[in-house]
Amino acid sequence: MTITVTRRTFLAGSAAAAGTMALGRAGTALAADPLPVAFVYTGPIGDHGYTFAHDVGRRAVEAHFGDKVKVTFVENVPEGPDCERVIRQLATSGNQLIFSTSFGFMEATLKVASQFPKLKFEHATGFKRANNLAIYNARFYEGRAVLGDIAGRMSKAGVAGYVASFPIPEVVMGINAFTLAAQKHNPNFKTKVIWANTWYDPGKESDAAKALIDKGADIISQHTDSAAPLQVAESRGVYAFGQATDMTSYAPKAHLTAVVDQWANYYIDRVQKVIDGAWTSTDIWWGFKEGLVGLAPYNAAMPADVKAAADKLKADITSGAVHPFTGPIKNQKGEVVYAAGQKASDEEMLKMNWYVAGVES
Amino acid sequence: MQVKVEPRSETSRAVVYATPVLAVLLTVISGYFLFLFLGLAPAKTLYHFLISPTLTFYGWSELCVKAGPLVLIATGLAVGFRANVWNIGAEGQLTLGAIGAGGVALAFWDQSGVWILPLMCFAGVLGGMIYGAIPAYLKTRFEVSEILTSLMLTYVATLGLGILVYGPWRDPQGFNFPQTRMFTDSALLPLVLDGTRMHVGILVTLAAAVAAWVLMTRAVIGFQVKVVGQAPAAARFAGFSRNRTIWLSFMISGGTAGLAGTFEAAGPVGQLVPHLTPGYGFTAIIVAFLGRLHPLGIIAAGFLMAISYNGGEIAQVEDRLPQAATGVFQGMLLFYLLACDFLSRYRIRLASSRREVGPS
Amino acid sequence: MISESIVNISAAVISASTPLLFAATGELVVERSGVLNLGVEGMMLMGAVTGFAVAVSTGNPMLGILAAAVAGAALALVFAALTLTLMANQVATGLALTIFGIGLSALLGSGFVGQTVPALPKLALPGLSSLPVVGPVLFGQDGLVYLSVALTAATAWFLKRTRPGMMLRAVGESAESAHSLGLPVIRIRYLATLFGGAAAGLGGAFLSLSYTPMWMEGMTSGRGWIALALVVFGSWRPWRVLAGAYLFGGVTILQLHAQGIFSLPAQVFSMLPYLATIAVLTIISAGPWRGRLTAPAALGKPFRPSV
Repeated sequence: MTITVTRRTFLAGSAAAAGTMALGRAGTALAADPLPVAFVYTGPIGDHGYTFAHDVGRRAVEAHFGDKVKVTFVENVPEGPDCERVIRQLATSGNQLIFSTSFGFMEATLKVASQFPKLKFEHATGFKRANNLAIYNARFYEGRAVLGDIAGRMSKAGVAGYVASFPIPEVVMGINAFTLAAQKHNPNFKTKVIWANTWYDPGKESDAAKALIDKGADIISQHTDSAAPLQVAESRGVYAFGQATDMTSYAPKAHLTAVVDQWANYYIDRVQKVIDGAWTSTDIWWGFKEGLVGLAPYNAAMPADVKAAADKLKADITSGAVHPFTGPIKNQKGEVVYAAGQKASDEEMLKMNWYVAGVES
Repeated sequence: MQVKVEPRSETSRAVVYATPVLAVLLTVISGYFLFLFLGLAPAKTLYHFLISPTLTFYGWSELCVKAGPLVLIATGLAVGFRANVWNIGAEGQLTLGAIGAGGVALAFWDQSGVWILPLMCFAGVLGGMIYGAIPAYLKTRFEVSEILTSLMLTYVATLGLGILVYGPWRDPQGFNFPQTRMFTDSALLPLVLDGTRMHVGILVTLAAAVAAWVLMTRAVIGFQVKVVGQAPAAARFAGFSRNRTIWLSFMISGGTAGLAGTFEAAGPVGQLVPHLTPGYGFTAIIVAFLGRLHPLGIIAAGFLMAISYNGGEIAQVEDRLPQAATGVFQGMLLFYLLACDFLSRYRIRLASSRREVGPS
Repeated sequence: MISESIVNISAAVISASTPLLFAATGELVVERSGVLNLGVEGMMLMGAVTGFAVAVSTGNPMLGILAAAVAGAALALVFAALTLTLMANQVATGLALTIFGIGLSALLGSGFVGQTVPALPKLALPGLSSLPVVGPVLFGQDGLVYLSVALTAATAWFLKRTRPGMMLRAVGESAESAHSLGLPVIRIRYLATLFGGAAAGLGGAFLSLSYTPMWMEGMTSGRGWIALALVVFGSWRPWRVLAGAYLFGGVTILQLHAQGIFSLPAQVFSMLPYLATIAVLTIISAGPWRGRLTAPAALGKPFRPSV
């Protein structure tokens, strides 16, 4: 059914491309047609991490809307010269709503969005918006604060190891939120960071986790995508936290909980808005409260009081009673960055490129 | 009667053109079963994979965007490969080229002028050459294998680009994300056609391929490179220096890779980002050999690779073909192309066993 | 405490080096026969996915290891058929093999993502493994680690001391001369290529069954390329290749420990294994050993018996 329509627009697009921009199938869709929706992933859906979590959301859209939508996805799209072509292909192919799920797709998404003004685009974790380009992000730091709270209570050594990917604000923010929350319970708590310089290399991630344990960490957190650090923790008998999804199956004893990316509700909501004709370009940064960030089930090894404290912190963050970045906060040099009671603004967090005292990187 | 395989003394033009067609035919048949096995509509998927990328004008412009860097790098690499100089680090030289060009673009970010782009190209070529000089120096001075050095330096180059874009070259307005500012118009390659991403760099690439062709077939230098590769002893006798050939090969291949990096940064990407290329420097090695180290062959091979990449994307979008299957299909296509090459170099025929003529 | 650190760090170095050692030793034999197979990464991935899938499905890691070797060899057979029988260009075919192997392994493994197997058991050698420090480091590893070292020793012995080994080297130095002496050049090169594939497959199996016991797409992350470089580093000699693998693995681990001690951009630390390899090879090459570093003379050159 769609194939003929697709090919026709493809050809029509080519004719138009010589002079101006192609319009895709915008406006020609009948109400009864399924709404074509597309997702662009930077990793493989089998990474069991970041891309996997987005794909869980994609499948939820399919399950929720059934034959009212026709969902397409493209995985393993490299950030660089190729992503613009892929996004454009999805646009010419008639997709009415396109989610591009990686920061590195930002400029390409912006460019294609300007060429297809009638289509709707959504870009994750970026900062450039347009009339037909919404941006969305999740307050993962809220989840990481709860992990820090658990770490502060569970770590006997008072030293956590953090397997980190690259020093982007998202990762820096996570390290800081984790450390600050742990220090609420144990003021001398330290977070040792090792940079793997990769999002995804199970071997290297496991090497980093081993090195952190050798440096005295007795609890491991990670901001890389594979479950390898958890496996190391399991075999070395220390605790650890999963990444992006519930990774209990990899480390049943070590896995305490994980910050779980729950994109499903957002994706369903946005698709519904397009179907209703109510979609507008928004800029959202949702967390626990809106259900975009969640926690994996606690490990039975966690004492009841630690579970209760974690639940309380989660509830307080959800209600707004607690903000993970509330002063006094000092940087690594010991300078006061936020005075007592002062809270970091959203923009300050999104740009964060300094570490709080107690982080050793 | 027995099956005899014998080398062709001379390859006929018809065979040269027919073998790739046969290869594609075999790929189509294998692909049909692969896609059938994956539960897809095979004919439709094949159509999207192999035909769709070439159906539209925009499709062709994108093939140029994809094939451009492959052809440019492969053209440079072919010079060295003919002389048995194994530069497999074009990816790193490309990265250094992008760093050089990007450095110029950022240094003169608040200025405009027609001199900026040529300066970027110069810096890009120079960056690639300097990076190519390291393996050339270590090879000619200490006999360190260029295979190892050029490959290892690729990783170092990527990490070096990382230091810059995560550090001092970060866009000050960019929320501390790892990317530079977008280049200004003076630092971006003009488009050949509006509405596409086809930039003037592609024309330069085609010109370079033709120039290489002339160089290899007409000039003494081409002869020298060839002789050193094929018969080092004869080359020494003729007074051609092996070291000079190594340097020449690395300067040419490093320079072209650096220029390709410049074109990527100043073309489709428009800024420096941590992962500037999807491995063009490595894919170009396949393109060089698929094109039989001949500049015109390289152009054809570059476009064929581009079709297989862009077609793979279209098949993913239109048919939900798993990304992994595009790699399998691409691998098969390459296998058949390489295997069918056999037919252009050897003759297979049924012969009665007593005949033993022909070059043996 | 210190001795415990040494044991742990050594164990990490061994884990990081073993997959490289397997793949590089295999490729060494291939190259000594005059064949250059750049498809190591693809063969490792096929070994990793097959080893994992078989181990999960049968519950028997030994079968997994065996299957990994077979899978690596099977992919190598494709390479051999193309380059040795059909005379296809070796460099291009090897790279195509990598593309094919990455895709095929991801396709085959998609159902196994998220599953786990218990890591291979450590085989403690009775008596020896209870020695302080040295014991657990040298005699408390899993079977594949011992196998990798045994493979190096066997390869060194085979190439230097056995008649088939000498035949293989003769083929790699000059296929024409070997052929005129009546050696079956093509058959020897086939066998060498299959061995290389099997060893790369074992390297992959070490990744998916011991190093990080799981399957994920592209989990070799470029280790096949490093293995290729290590063959060159070791100047086509088994024990030097072992030294190279442990040098690379060692620096990989130590740079992680150095992070946080020196305040430099993290990327600088990640560069160290590559730079160290180049530096050490340069020092070796500039030294008195330099004359003996040459590649097999017939490396990468096609050969077809003309009868």
